[in-house]
Amino acid sequence: MIKKLAKYIKDCKKDAILTPIFVILEVVMEVVIPYLMAKIIDVGIQNSDVKYIIEIGAFLILSAIFSLVFGMLSGRFAAKASAGYARNLRKAMFDKVQTYAFENIDKFSTSSLITRMTTDVTNVQMAFQMIIRILVRAPIMLIFALIMSFTISTKLACIFLVAIPVLGFLLIFIAKKAHPHFETVFKKYDELNRVVQENLSGIRVVKAYAKEELEKKKFKEVNDKVYQFFKKAQKVVAFNSPVMQLTIYTCILLISWIGAQTIVGGQMQTGQLSSIITYAYQILMSLMMLSMVFVMVIISQSSTERIIEVLEENPAIKNKENTVKEVKDGSISFENVSFCYSDEKDKDKFALRNINLEIKAGETVGIIGGTGSSKSTLVQLIPRLYEATKGKVKVGGIDVKDYDLNVLRDSVSMVLQKNVLFSGTISENLRWGNQDADDEELEKVCKLAQADDFIKQFPAKYETILDQGGTNVSGGQKQRICIARALLKKPKILILDDSTSAVDTKTDALIRRAFREEIPNTTKIIIAQRITSIEDADKIIVLDEGKIDGIGTSEELLKTNKIYKEVYESQMKGEEEDGKESEKIESSI
Amino acid sequence: MEKKVKKSKVAFRLLKYVFTTYKIQFFIVFIAIVISALANVMGIQFIQRLIDEYIVPLMGNQNPDFSSLLQAILSMGVIYIIGVLATYIYNRLMINISQGILNKIRTQMFDHMQTLPIGYFDSHSHGEVMSTYTNDVDALRECLSQSIPQVFSAIVTMITVLISMFTTNIYLTLVVIAMVIVMTFVSRYLGGNSSRYFVKQQEDLGKVNGYIEEMMGGQKVVKVFCYEEESKKRFDELNENLCNSTTSANTYANILMPCILNIGNLGYVLVAVIGGILSINGILSIGNIAAFLQYVKAFTNPLGQVSQQMNFIVMALAGAERIFQLIDEKPEEDEGYVTLVNAKMEDGKIVESKERTGLWAWKHPHHDGRITYARLRGKMTFEDVVFGYTPKKIVLHNISLEAKEGQKISFVGATGAGKTTITNLINRFYDIQSGKIRYDGINIQKIKKADLRRSLGMVLQDTSLFTGTIRDNIRYSRPEASDEEVVAAAKLANADNFIKHLPKGYDTIINGSGEGLSQGQRQLLSIARAALDNAPVLILDEATSSIDTRTEKIVQDGMDKLMKGRTVFVIAHRLSTIRNSDLIMVLDQGRIIERGNHNELMAKKGMYYGLYTGAIEIE
Repeated sequence: MIKKLAKYIKDCKKDAILTPIFVILEVVMEVVIPYLMAKIIDVGIQNSDVKYIIEIGAFLILSAIFSLVFGMLSGRFAAKASAGYARNLRKAMFDKVQTYAFENIDKFSTSSLITRMTTDVTNVQMAFQMIIRILVRAPIMLIFALIMSFTISTKLACIFLVAIPVLGFLLIFIAKKAHPHFETVFKKYDELNRVVQENLSGIRVVKAYAKEELEKKKFKEVNDKVYQFFKKAQKVVAFNSPVMQLTIYTCILLISWIGAQTIVGGQMQTGQLSSIITYAYQILMSLMMLSMVFVMVIISQSSTERIIEVLEENPAIKNKENTVKEVKDGSISFENVSFCYSDEKDKDKFALRNINLEIKAGETVGIIGGTGSSKSTLVQLIPRLYEATKGKVKVGGIDVKDYDLNVLRDSVSMVLQKNVLFSGTISENLRWGNQDADDEELEKVCKLAQADDFIKQFPAKYETILDQGGTNVSGGQKQRICIARALLKKPKILILDDSTSAVDTKTDALIRRAFREEIPNTTKIIIAQRITSIEDADKIIVLDEGKIDGIGTSEELLKTNKIYKEVYESQMKGEEEDGKESEKIESSI
Repeated sequence: MEKKVKKSKVAFRLLKYVFTTYKIQFFIVFIAIVISALANVMGIQFIQRLIDEYIVPLMGNQNPDFSSLLQAILSMGVIYIIGVLATYIYNRLMINISQGILNKIRTQMFDHMQTLPIGYFDSHSHGEVMSTYTNDVDALRECLSQSIPQVFSAIVTMITVLISMFTTNIYLTLVVIAMVIVMTFVSRYLGGNSSRYFVKQQEDLGKVNGYIEEMMGGQKVVKVFCYEEESKKRFDELNENLCNSTTSANTYANILMPCILNIGNLGYVLVAVIGGILSINGILSIGNIAAFLQYVKAFTNPLGQVSQQMNFIVMALAGAERIFQLIDEKPEEDEGYVTLVNAKMEDGKIVESKERTGLWAWKHPHHDGRITYARLRGKMTFEDVVFGYTPKKIVLHNISLEAKEGQKISFVGATGAGKTTITNLINRFYDIQSGKIRYDGINIQKIKKADLRRSLGMVLQDTSLFTGTIRDNIRYSRPEASDEEVVAAAKLANADNFIKHLPKGYDTIINGSGEGLSQGQRQLLSIARAALDNAPVLILDEATSSIDTRTEKIVQDGMDKLMKGRTVFVIAHRLSTIRNSDLIMVLDQGRIIERGNHNELMAKKGMYYGLYTGAIEIE
């Protein structure tokens, strides 16, 4: 697993390698320093030899300066390496998501993608920094300190040989014991966050039904669970410091007892005794650090898994080799197409069933059908946003799978039902359709989409800044900007998925007229709830539960299709009684 | 300066939590930390005594007697064991204290959040509030369970060591103090830079998060427009900025520790040299110098620890400040005293009933102690109501209207005309600036908010679902409803059909964002919820906007049943659904410009006529 993430170190490799090197050098200094300190006491002070003290002192200062420099460098490189690594990971994920097909996006929810790219990356970044600093530092420190203590006294050093495995075992035991508790805590934490999140977005419902007390109870329950499990986990961890202290203290007492006898026996000096005690601290502290890293890595493990999931997700739709680079015309054909969403466990549950369809270039096609009749699914197969499960979808006479994806999608422009405008100016948003479009082109498509008038009424006109999600324009205006954006691509096929629902009927009619007159060669597919939006189409498709219930002109369908007739009558009834005028308005344009 | 005062206030308030709830426990923690630190310092002194009193006298002795040494070691062992126990005790108790406080703070935050007016949620982004619950509380936990005991223990250690130093030698102590001053300057400089960049890092992180959020939300649009490369470019830029500020912040944080430790090492040398000179002049014993040098080390280590913890403490205090801001937010005022009760008729008089009778009454206590009951009828009047979200910007001007019992009142008008605002005044999501709203003749200010809202069923355009089963979600409006009632409500809303087709029917678990359900299906659930509530007054705010016209027609039958006998306020953008209203109000820029029924308004050939015929854009 670590291997899988290791390849994203990339350009941080230099820093990632320099860090442990300087960490090692720093450790060397930290081990040398107590040795020199012992010399000052044992030789210099014992003999009141100021010259010696100054000499060794100078060495010590030099070592301290080196230690400082190494410490700073290792800190600097560690920071660079870990921040850079996090950047690479984020970039890799972001880039990967850009290759996702709709199917992949559906699989991960938006919010989960966001957490993966933010919180999870931060966790891994921290773990990474820990690894390159402490995971190197601690064992090296342990080994060096152990070697130094062996040079001072083998007998005393042997104490460590017993203490290290004992403490190591205890610390790992504690960490292992605590881990499942922490897992539960994190799960409960997610639940707690979920309750808060749902309350924030549903606060109006909570208040409207006066269910504050219920929510408080719900929150209290999960909050108490967090409290309970956290306490359980920490209770285990609370043994860490005492166990650590107990080991150190035992070592110190043993060293004192055996050391005293050794010194009295003349095999050791008093200064060496304090050095060896310093080494005892260093050795056991290293173990403590190791167990900390151990816990840290375990905690970041689930983050790592979640990141890898994103990185290893196979884009459901990829370019073939030798792709077709040009779309000849806007004709479309569906040959026995069936489709089911891949996450649907029940494979018989087809969203579309045996669709056969011929659309000529330049035709206007209306699609109508109830909620869940798979209207959107049908049109999303055309720019290959989803892939047909069975059968063939052809554009310009060629299977969509044979096209280069960018070429296909540039020729098939789609205005999604759930459309999004991005923060930035209107012109920036429009230019999504074509980066190089000049101002006249922008104006032209906006006129087509009946957006030019209202845009020009804004004080900043085309440079008006839209908020995230385009919340500062009305629904109808938003839809028209989205249509203009799609038109800027100069597509061969234009698909409007319920994209004029908030536009008034008059403007809607104007848009359709503009389409008819200005882009006659573009195939237009319009999904709508409103009969008037599709009534004059060359062909109307009635969808019902994923099947074609009828195809024909409005007149034909009125005679032959029950669903169409029902919808038609339900919408036209009111208007016929007192809506004669509306027809006048329609016909006057 | 002001900021510092604020910080100390926050810290003080935080400590108050500790002292009020966990006075005794915290006192024990305090004692335990002191004991633990003392045991540690005594250990250091013991090494010195070991050398001076037990080893040096025995040196050169042919038959050394180690029995007194053994005794000393054993007594030290006892002290150590006490120290270890003390360590365990304070670690263990701190868990109770920190988790207890966090639990309390979270409950306070959430409970308080439930009392806040809708305006609060309008002006604070969800992300912002969420981050208080997660990041800020986490920072606080780290601080309470780790930093505070560590810093505390470090301070106790440093004080005891300092006292020992003073008793050993004043001059050398001064050297150490000089060293500490240098350290303080260095750590202030580094710490300052570090926290400056940490702030910058948070900002950059916010930007990256924001961009990711926007792009992930619009990923399908990105695909449709083949905009992948462009979006990568902008992301790279933001990502690079974040990387830079993270590097700087971490660099300063990382080099703090080596700096402190090595300044300590320099101090050590200085003490050794000066001590050496002093000892030659006979001012200081060798044992004393050796002891002093140990003290220097014992002093620097905790100092390093404290300097490392400072970052966490600063972050925790910043978090605590935001937490307290939430807790201090002014709650929704509720001075109402008229309550809604179940009622039944006895001898032609209304009396209170314990069970749900389907008949509701307002219970009106009077100053003189009398209690009167008035039947809930659903009559609603607006008298010259003026409202603005801020006092300066009035969005509703002198609205007067009367809805009689059982009438269907509709509001039409462009986005921003004030339709939703009016309905939000009825349930007192917002309070009016002047004028009066009366409900069955009672000023709604006098009605207890929860009861007022209980009497109003609401279906909003944005349907909010909660994680749980479909059944639970429908039952949200009335948790005590039976399964049969739930199904009946779902049938009424025409939701039963699609629910039955779900893998587990009514027991299908859905999450809060209702993934897997279409917008229309979610609206059906929301209508079912209102149907189950069976409230005498209904507010339907674009309740069927995402339902296709054919389904809408079917739902409409249910809706008509639902609306029968109730006062209903409807906002709809498909005007065909409100044609049969008793009264239609046409709103424009916060004013009612036309009112009447469909036929009257059509005859007027005004704004409504324009909207209805499609000549005027509705949104």
